Amino acid sequence: MRWRPRSTASSADPMSAAVSSSASGWPRRRSKLLPAALWPLILLTPAIVSLASVSFYPIVNGFYLSFTNTSLITQEQEFTGFSNFLRLWSDAQFWNAWWHTMWFTFASTVLETVIGLGMALILCEAFKGRGLVRAAMLVPWAMPTVVTSKMFGWLFDGQHGIINYILLHAGLIDQNVNWYGSPDTAMTTIIIADVWKTTPFMALLLLTGLQTVPTSLLEAARMDGAKAWTTFWHIRLPLLMPTLLIAGLFRALDAFRVFDLVYVLTGGGPADSTETLSTLSYKVLFSTLEFGYGSAVSTAMFVTELAIAVAFCLYLMRQIRRAR
Amino acid sequence: MTGLSSPLRSFVLYLGAALILLWSAGPFIWQFSTSFQLDKALTSGTPSLIPDPLTFEHYYNAFVEKQLHRYVWNSLVVSLATTFLCLFVGSLAAFALSRLNVRGRFGILMVILSVSMFPQIALVGPLYLVASNLGLLDTYTALIITYLALGLPLVTWVLFGYFETLPREIDEAARMDGVGVLGLLWHIILPMSLPSLVTTGLLAFITAWNEFLFALAFTSNIDRQTIPVGIANFTNQYYVPWGDIAAASAVVTVPLIVLVLFFQRHIIEGLTQGGIKE
Repeated sequence: MRWRPRSTASSADPMSAAVSSSASGWPRRRSKLLPAALWPLILLTPAIVSLASVSFYPIVNGFYLSFTNTSLITQEQEFTGFSNFLRLWSDAQFWNAWWHTMWFTFASTVLETVIGLGMALILCEAFKGRGLVRAAMLVPWAMPTVVTSKMFGWLFDGQHGIINYILLHAGLIDQNVNWYGSPDTAMTTIIIADVWKTTPFMALLLLTGLQTVPTSLLEAARMDGAKAWTTFWHIRLPLLMPTLLIAGLFRALDAFRVFDLVYVLTGGGPADSTETLSTLSYKVLFSTLEFGYGSAVSTAMFVTELAIAVAFCLYLMRQIRRAR
Repeated sequence: MTGLSSPLRSFVLYLGAALILLWSAGPFIWQFSTSFQLDKALTSGTPSLIPDPLTFEHYYNAFVEKQLHRYVWNSLVVSLATTFLCLFVGSLAAFALSRLNVRGRFGILMVILSVSMFPQIALVGPLYLVASNLGLLDTYTALIITYLALGLPLVTWVLFGYFETLPREIDEAARMDGVGVLGLLWHIILPMSLPSLVTTGLLAFITAWNEFLFALAFTSNIDRQTIPVGIANFTNQYYVPWGDIAAASAVVTVPLIVLVLFFQRHIIEGLTQGGIKE
């Protein structure tokens, strides 16, 4: 531990020069310049200012913009009441994107949780090379999503992609599939890419949850002759449930915002078959420059996400109450 | 797997482990191999994992034609600045919440966490207007300010979690010695938290390095565009240059992977603490 006399402490510290007299006062002697009660406020201010200006202000401002006809082309900005939302309600493109987003969120969250759980159960056992496997699992997570997107563009390329080659030679398909170039399979390709990128990380989160299950419990079950499946179903899964649900919630909220993957791989196409709420908002905002209507789309998205979060939390609370 | 007989059990186990390894590393290994293969070999119809003949043509294209190093430089400036700002602001906040008497600190932590759940697309429009009014489009400043707020929740949470594990007796002892609030943070808490600072710094760095949406909206030329934007725009007129893309991917991902593998234990611990355990 590095203790130093106070005089050097204040000279080494960029902030303490101005406040050194009060710093010395904390907390036994009453300070001369700054009361101790002010310290938390001072230390929290930078974080509060940052989050307030870059997160809260835009949300509130976006909410306001969604009630205006703001456009960067016509330079208008007038209050137009609910007209943007009425337009949204009858906008087929919006609902198209809404359903795609919901489907993507649902499918990727479920797949990632289930496959992630499987991976975690394997990693829970002791075997040679476990450290290597665990380290490798961080690779998809660390890779920039744009790179993942391009990488899957090459893996799933309709002509020379290696996935087509493998499937063709394994006899699983009889001709090349135009994965993300065809409206029928494009969304599936994007879900596969997302599942690839996020599942290993999900598994690592679930693994830490699994490792908190007391081994004595598992030992006792084995003594009683319980089969692996029984142990999993009656001991591990119930104890893992809170971790599983919370990890699922975070994952779902994250999946709901999907942008990079779609924007880079398909740009929402072909024929709008992969358009999600984020890519649609982005296009309305930055292609047509209709900031009013674009904000209405993103506000609707925010409301949907909030609803998902609240529904999930209510379910979680009911589960916890029932467990008691 | 207690019910299975021993040889079968270990067979299933190693098969599963091999599949996970293939899943995690396979695609990137193929991408890496692609970056060293001639376009002719890539489109020949019989893919091969070992480049034959080996070529550096794609790396040449990426750096000379597409000016990859300029994107790398922009990304480095933005990510490093973001990292240090995040650590500075985040450690002040986490220290206040953990060590000083803050009323409703659990509420504050929940608010900070919920901020990170806001859909970023809802922030980008209004922030674009602000940046444009302040003349901050096409500047590092706009990106750094935004990324600070994106990285801050996680940094604050993880550091808070770590500070909570440091014994309170230290505070008492420091107080007796007449060490001030900032002295306690700067000379005692921070030096003790070095492992956690490295992890959170790395997380903040990765967040900024990989961010795409705001970089896409706020920058329009190569002087300020970051790597994700650069790679997203890697296209040729008549065909997709998969080899060049693979080379660029390798250049921007390999350093990240090395860092992550080096700090893997801390990362998993840090993230679990911040994301799952309340």
